[in-house]
Amino acid sequence: MLKIDNVTKSFGGLMAVHDVTFQLDDAGIAGLVGPNGSGKTTLFHLITGFYKLDRGIIHFNDKRISGLAPYVISRMGLVRTFQQTRVLPFLSALENLMAASPRQTGERISSVFFQPRRVKLEERKNRQKAMQILELLKLKPFDQHLAGRLSFGQQKLLELGRVLMAKPKMILLDEPTAGINPTLIRQLVDVIRELARRGIQVFMIEHNMPLVAEICEKVFVMDSGSLIFSGTPSETRQNPRVIEAYLGSEDHVA
Amino acid sequence: MDYLLHIFIVSLIYAIFAISLNLELGFTGLYNFGHVAFFGIGAYTSALLSLAGYPVTLGMVCGMAVAGGAGVLLAIPALRLSGDYFGIATLSFGEIIRLFFLNERWLTKGPMGLPGISRPAWIGEGVTGLPRFLIFCTLLTLLVFLVVRHLTRSPFGRALKVIREDEFVAQAFGKNTLFFKIRAVAVGSILAGLAGSLWAHYISYISPADFTLTETILVLLCVVLGGRGTHWGPVLGAFVVIFFQEIIRFVPIPADFGRFVAPIQGMVYGAVLIIFMLKRPEGLLPEYKE
Repeated sequence: MLKIDNVTKSFGGLMAVHDVTFQLDDAGIAGLVGPNGSGKTTLFHLITGFYKLDRGIIHFNDKRISGLAPYVISRMGLVRTFQQTRVLPFLSALENLMAASPRQTGERISSVFFQPRRVKLEERKNRQKAMQILELLKLKPFDQHLAGRLSFGQQKLLELGRVLMAKPKMILLDEPTAGINPTLIRQLVDVIRELARRGIQVFMIEHNMPLVAEICEKVFVMDSGSLIFSGTPSETRQNPRVIEAYLGSEDHVA
Repeated sequence: MDYLLHIFIVSLIYAIFAISLNLELGFTGLYNFGHVAFFGIGAYTSALLSLAGYPVTLGMVCGMAVAGGAGVLLAIPALRLSGDYFGIATLSFGEIIRLFFLNERWLTKGPMGLPGISRPAWIGEGVTGLPRFLIFCTLLTLLVFLVVRHLTRSPFGRALKVIREDEFVAQAFGKNTLFFKIRAVAVGSILAGLAGSLWAHYISYISPADFTLTETILVLLCVVLGGRGTHWGPVLGAFVVIFFQEIIRFVPIPADFGRFVAPIQGMVYGAVLIIFMLKRPEGLLPEYKE
């Protein structure tokens, strides 16, 4: 589904992502782990077109996506979230979701004035879908609240809901559980699993290793810009290189 | 009485001008500091065509079209710059257009300006035409108001707000942000062109001195004072600012100090603009209720 070949990106002298090659095929939920600064988020930026790669090719469903604009990649069904919560603070929760729907007829000025009925009908469907998602996220009572006024955890959920609106084939989640309380983590995990059940490939950056072990079928490990390991969660935890990357080598410890 | 009609007409023209800027500034988050250029382009296009003997209506439509075209031509390169740099590019565009009016004498008669611009025949010239011109302006303002309200309440308008709030999120959700912004500037410029051509046909004389940075600040003040991103804000702002401007005429000022009035007025506008941006950025009519 997602095929990454020899992808390299450097910022000045810093090699942020170095010659990364891997393939992700219908694995349900896959995790991307690694110490801070190992290039995980940079890799996400490269996949989704927010950064231009120095070298390498990325394919999504056998189509080359490297070099395309972010909005084009998103329309192909590869949708991401951001590491910091980025809800649209001055739009309501409902509007946050409705805006995320792709290819709306009413986004063309001519349609707004000359096809009002079609736009209205589409808006109604869009609103229904958004309300269903709000229900799934248990955010329905807050539909008219400004997104900026929701709690941090609710904003995280709303971001996930926004991704759902975009009818994705694959989603990239950048630390979806960072900084939220255990109860909400459970709720978030339920939603992520629900997505996978609906056939959406999930690829998530996550630091919470027990959580990764619990929900991911496959784990990719990065360190200093390189992919150092890929396998099942239990293999990952036993791999000496992974342990070294996380804890430092014995030389350093001594 | 006629004077009151005059104030209302000018307020309405500024209301259209402010609504057009609000589409860019309030809804899309684009700090266009050269918006007066499109007002001027609309005014000059319409004036030149009607002076050449074409019907006023045709002149106004062409004024809107040329202003819109100029808007797109500016937007395509300028929108590659982000935030403040877009503001600087538009600021210089406003100056460039003013200098064009000043220096291309074969077309614009330079600093002499263009006198004798006629009104639509059914309105009539001079003071007798004021009530009908007021009706004309009211209808057009209403039309512009409704068009912009309809547009900003549509999914198109929602996408503009998404871009205003977070451009990266907009891109992550498949919005071609550059294209949205170009269209916002195009519509804004067309409507500013309409306001400009109304101005030309109302005042009947235009010169490059009418389209300076002062006018940009004035219309900016209308939008910020009234309430960015709202439907009524720019209209209210335009009336408040224009009425304030006219009331100053009645303040008894000793003849010796007369020459200070204009600069002080400019300072007051600037100060009010800064105070509002700092202390009440949402304006008189806030976009969101608590």
